[in-house]
Amino acid sequence: MEQQTTGIPGLKPAPLKTGVAVDLIGVHKWYGDFHVLRDINLRVTKSERIVICGPSGSGKSTMIRCINRLEEHQQGRIVVDGMELANDLKKIDEVRRDVGMVFQHFNLFPHLTVLENLTLAPIWVRKQLKKQAEEIAMHYLQRVKIPEQAAKFPGQLSGGQQQRVAIARALCMNPKIMLFDEPTSALDPEMVKEVLDTMVRLAEDGMTMLVVTHEMGFARQVANRIVFMDEGQIVEVNEPKAFFDNPQHERTKLFLSQILH
Amino acid sequence: MSDIATTTDAKLMEGPAFVRGQPLAPLPPPLAEAGAIGWMRKNLFSSTLNVVLTIVCAALIVWLVPPLVKYLLIDAVWEGSIRADCLPRPDRPEIGACWAFVIDRINFFTYGFYPIEERWRVNVFFVLLAAGVVWMAWLDAPRRDLGVIYFFVVMPVVSLILLLGWPLVGLAKVPTTSWGGVLVTVVVSAVGIVFSLPIGIVLALGRRSQMPAVRLFSVIFIEFVRGVPLITVLFMASVMLPLFGPETWSPDKLLRALVGVSLFAAAYMAEVVRAGLQAIPKGQYEAAMAVGLGYWKTMGLIVLPQALKITIPNIVNTTIGLFKDTTLVFIVGIFDFLMTIEAARVDPNWATPGISTTGYAFAAIFYLIFCYGMSRYARFVEARLAAGDRR
Repeated sequence: MEQQTTGIPGLKPAPLKTGVAVDLIGVHKWYGDFHVLRDINLRVTKSERIVICGPSGSGKSTMIRCINRLEEHQQGRIVVDGMELANDLKKIDEVRRDVGMVFQHFNLFPHLTVLENLTLAPIWVRKQLKKQAEEIAMHYLQRVKIPEQAAKFPGQLSGGQQQRVAIARALCMNPKIMLFDEPTSALDPEMVKEVLDTMVRLAEDGMTMLVVTHEMGFARQVANRIVFMDEGQIVEVNEPKAFFDNPQHERTKLFLSQILH
Repeated sequence: MSDIATTTDAKLMEGPAFVRGQPLAPLPPPLAEAGAIGWMRKNLFSSTLNVVLTIVCAALIVWLVPPLVKYLLIDAVWEGSIRADCLPRPDRPEIGACWAFVIDRINFFTYGFYPIEERWRVNVFFVLLAAGVVWMAWLDAPRRDLGVIYFFVVMPVVSLILLLGWPLVGLAKVPTTSWGGVLVTVVVSAVGIVFSLPIGIVLALGRRSQMPAVRLFSVIFIEFVRGVPLITVLFMASVMLPLFGPETWSPDKLLRALVGVSLFAAAYMAEVVRAGLQAIPKGQYEAAMAVGLGYWKTMGLIVLPQALKITIPNIVNTTIGLFKDTTLVFIVGIFDFLMTIEAARVDPNWATPGISTTGYAFAAIFYLIFCYGMSRYARFVEARLAAGDRR
């Protein structure tokens, strides 16, 4: 299939209704007695790229999983592009449609081909026609540079290719916001770069992104702000240069000294 | 690294650095490992216990197979039309299986008391069913989505009209009381399978539901039905079903048995499907939710296709059990395949000392062919799925 650049909607990130993509206001969450998120306040504006880092168990993943309601928060407010996440199931599905997510373990659908993985949600949720959905899917496969794998099953691809398919799958829904939950942690070292490159290009297109990652090179290059979390709280938020060169909090200094050897 | 490689490399390894210039060529395996003798030594005579087991098995084969062949084939009577043909005569003192009897009564075994001039309808039903089964069982068949609709909707409706009759379209009514033989066995099994799978899936989903009321109902139903023998379920369906309707309502006897068998099989299917559902990783649900799929679409498009695929061997296993369990419907007065043999073997026209053995041997062969076929199919699917996982 030749490269098509016209006539396909959704080449650019869908515009946000409001200037604020995600607003977390005093969010708390408990797992049983364990206080996993403590008073999280974070405002992400349009086209902003946020990198979230911190030691394991600090609540990074839980926080971004709250944004599309894979986890439920128990106190505080989460507003995604003007829509508040409450117990209204309709609203939750609406938010999920506009928020793409990429998982650590890809979570592709193994019984479907790559192309079917990409077109399933657009057809069944966005009610696109099959032909149109496939055209858009091929476009995004080209953007993640694996259009030749369209007819294969996920199990036949390498980890890096699978993760790029997962990114394309999220993009096919034409999301306003993209969440990345440690997208390179399960990859062999030589495949990390191809996934990060894809994410860098996405950032250049102006996508609003929240990325949980330990890839500090990526954070330095792409992030507008870096959020450092520890023990369920946001400890420090700063621009990359200041964050790396002049961390304020003791905990941040310790963390950086451990991961930047 | 093999021994040969080590010795040749040893000279090279004397220096400080070593770089292989040419890849080593693969060598054939040692002779004792390959060939028939190698196979036998490895599989039949590898240890004392294995030798003993081999001898015992060989003895069993020698003891069982020749008499069986003698009875079923060599001494068997193939031609005849009355009981005298299957009695010992001076020129034929030993009598084996009386296949003449089976051949003579084969239509009775197949159709029961179904009117002779209407039996073509049963044959059409068999063909429709066979087509449906092939469509479903052949994994690479074209348009399997249509196959599902055919198997679970079109075929049951057409078959019902065909077998029961519909005077409006020129098909005379045939009451279920005159159905019998293989027809009844196949109908009960097919209805059991066609209904138990969807009901079982719903129950399995119910048992894993977030809603306590749905979960409780599913658990009670499954555990109750599983905790009761099929005979009891059949009796209950037969006696209790009329109590739920209006006083004058008397549901068809076969229908009562069908309901009983279907619900019984559904409880087992539910547990089989639940096992498959549990094997699907949480990440699949999360990925489906993250792209905005709701509960039913997540289940229908993502979870169930994967769960059912891995449970196919178990579903077939339950199906085999169900197929054999259908013989129990005789207890509520339904004339299934085994009952037709029961009736025919005491028929004065054919009753000889050896006729019961022949009848039961025929029944055994019938059930063996069907069950073994299903079991082979399950193995084939398993092998294919294993191959699919490897790729």
